[in-house]
Amino acid sequence: MSRPGDSWRLRESYTFDRHVIAEIHRAANTGVYRIRGWGAKRKMPILDDLVFLGASMSRYPLEGYRESCGTDLVIGEERAARPLRIDIPITIAGMSFGSLSAQAKEALGRGASAMGTSTTSGDGGMLPEEREHSSKLVYQYLPSRYGQNPDDLRRGDAIEVVVGQGAKPGGGGILLGQKVSERVAGMRTLPSGIDQRSACRHPDWTGPDDLQIKIHELREIVDWQVPIFVKIGAARPFYDTALAVKAGADAVVVDGLQGGTAATQDVFIEHVGIPTIAAIPEATRALQDLDVHRGSVKLIASGGIRSGADVAKALALGADAVSIGTAALIALGDNDPAYDDEYRKLGSAAGFWDDLQDGTDPAGIATQDPRLTARLDPVIGGRRLANYLQVLTMETQTIARACGKSHVSNLEPEDLAALTVEAAAMAQVPVAGTDWIPGARR
Amino acid sequence: MSAPHPVTTVDLAETPLRDLNRTLHQARQGSFRVLNPRGAHAVACGIDADIAVEVHGSVGYYCAGMHQKGSVYVDGNASTGLAENIMSGTVRITGSATMSAGATGHGGLVVIEGNAGARCGISLKGADIVVGGNVGHMSAFMAQAGNLVVLGDAGADLGDSVYEANMYVRGEVESLGADAIAKDLRPEHARTLAGLLAAAGMEADPWDFKRYGSARSLYNFHIDDIDAELARRAG
Repeated sequence: MSRPGDSWRLRESYTFDRHVIAEIHRAANTGVYRIRGWGAKRKMPILDDLVFLGASMSRYPLEGYRESCGTDLVIGEERAARPLRIDIPITIAGMSFGSLSAQAKEALGRGASAMGTSTTSGDGGMLPEEREHSSKLVYQYLPSRYGQNPDDLRRGDAIEVVVGQGAKPGGGGILLGQKVSERVAGMRTLPSGIDQRSACRHPDWTGPDDLQIKIHELREIVDWQVPIFVKIGAARPFYDTALAVKAGADAVVVDGLQGGTAATQDVFIEHVGIPTIAAIPEATRALQDLDVHRGSVKLIASGGIRSGADVAKALALGADAVSIGTAALIALGDNDPAYDDEYRKLGSAAGFWDDLQDGTDPAGIATQDPRLTARLDPVIGGRRLANYLQVLTMETQTIARACGKSHVSNLEPEDLAALTVEAAAMAQVPVAGTDWIPGARR
Repeated sequence: MSAPHPVTTVDLAETPLRDLNRTLHQARQGSFRVLNPRGAHAVACGIDADIAVEVHGSVGYYCAGMHQKGSVYVDGNASTGLAENIMSGTVRITGSATMSAGATGHGGLVVIEGNAGARCGISLKGADIVVGGNVGHMSAFMAQAGNLVVLGDAGADLGDSVYEANMYVRGEVESLGADAIAKDLRPEHARTLAGLLAAAGMEADPWDFKRYGSARSLYNFHIDDIDAELARRAG
C-alpha cells in the first residue's frame, strides 16, 4: 500500500537518466544510430554567460534613438570585382533545398532581401526560387558537389567553400529517403527515395595547399568577380582560420557546436566540436596574428545565435557578422505551438520537435510533402524573417550605442565581462568584477 | 559557308593566366593554341562556348575545370582535378593525369590516353571518362551516374559506394570497394561501350571488358524493429 511521500524515494540516476535509458531502448530495438535535426541540446557555455559593460563615467553612450550606429559590411573588397555588400551584420546560413521546402527557401530569400542581407544555398544546388527572391545569394561549394555547375557559380554573389559545419565537423550531410523527392533527387543526380549520405571530404583537393589552388580556380572561373568564403565547423578554429586565410579566403565562416542541421547522428551533434563562444576568439586571434582582422578577411560566426545580444557579443568577440539558421527557421514558424497537436502525433511537442530529417514537419518548412509545404506562404514567411532580422539589428544597435559605438563593428572584447569562469576562459574576457581571465595568453 | 576562324596563339610564358582565361571566357567561337603552360594551374577552366583549345605542354591542377560545350586538348600530362565537374564538351590529354581526373563530372567526355591516378571519376554525376591505361585506387568512389571506361587495370577499391554509374574495365581489378559488384555485360552495355570507345578514338573490343556497378545494398539504412515484431506476435 502506497503512502504519501513514497515517490520521494525515487531517485533518477545522473548517469543513466530517462533520456539515456530511452536511447538505449531505442538503439536495442532498431540497431541504427539516432539521426535527428536541430542542433546540440546539451548544456554548455553560451553567449548568455557574457554581459556588456555599458558606458558610464569613463565611456560615453550614444543616444539610443537618434545618433547613427552603422551596421553595414563589405566582404571581398581586396580581390573581388563585385564585393558583397550587406546592410546588416546578420546573414542566412546555408540550408539545402531537400532539407527545406522550396517555399522555405523562397521565404528565406525574401526575408533576407528585404533587410539587405544575403542568404546561402546548400547541399543540393541552387534553387531557382531562391535565386529569384534573393538579392544577394551565397553559392555553396560542397564536398558532394550535388547540382554544382558553372552557371550557378557565376550566378552567385559570393562562393562559400564548405569544409565543415558546426553540427558535424568532419562529417557529411544526410538526407533520408522520405525527403528525397523526384525534384530533390533530380537536382542531386541520385535515385529518389534513397537515404542519401553526402561526402565529408572534397573530391579533388585535400589540405590547405590544395585549397589555395582550388580557390584560385574558382576565382578564374568567375573571372575574379565575387568574394570567396571558407566555412569550417568549429574544432580547431585558430589553425583552420589561419589556413583558410593562407588559402586566399575573403571571409571565414566559423560554425560553433550549437550550429543546426536537418539530419545528422545525435552522437555527432552533441559530442563533436566546440561552442561558438570558444570558437570566435580563437578565429579572431588567427586573423589578428595575420594582421587581417577587421581588414581584408572577414569573420562570420554562427551556431546558436538567437538575439541581438548574441549578435553584439559575437561582434565584440571579433566577428564581423553572424549567420543564423535554426533561428531563421523558428522565425518562419518552426516549432510553432499552433501545431502542437500535430507535433504530439509525431511523438514530440511544440518546443521539442527535432525530427527535421523525417519529412513530416507540420510547419511545412523541413519537408517535401506537398500537403505540408503548402502551409508555408513564402511571402508571409519572408515578412516574418525580415521582422525578426529587423529586431536583431535594432537590439544589436541598442547595445552598441550603450557601449558608445557609432558602428556595430566597433564593439570589442573590452566591452564584455563573463559571468562564469568557463565563459571567461573560453571568451578570453575577465570574470565580471575582476581583471581575471583564466588561461589568458600573454 | 563562313571562312574558318584563325587560330589565336597565347603564350603563357608572356601572358598571365588570368588574361588567357578571360580571353577564353569572352570568346564565342574559334580556336586557340596555348604554349608554355609549364604546369600552371587552372588552365582553360570555366570555358562555356563552342571553342577549341589546344594546350602544348603539361598542366597543373584543374585544367579545364567546370568545362562546358567546347573542347580542350592537352598534349602532355595533367595534375589533380583534370576536367573536374565537366558539364559537356570534350577534354582530352595525350599523357597521364594524377588524382581525381573527371571528378564530379555531370556530362561530356574526358579522354586520358595514358594512366589516371587515384580517385579517377570520383563522385561522377553523368560524364563519361575513357582511360587508355590504368586507374588508381578508389576510382569511381561514390560515382552516381555516367561511365568510367578503363582499358588497362584498376587499383584497389574500385567503385566504393557507387550509385548508378557503370565501370568497364578491360584488365585486372585489384579489388572492388564497398557495395561494388561485377555485373553482366549485356548487348546494350556493349553498344554503349562501343560508342564511348569510338568517341574516344580507342580501338578495343567491348566484349573484352567486364562491367561493374552497385549492389545497391547501401541505398537505405537497415532498421530493425523488434518491438513491432513482438507486437505482431502477440496478435
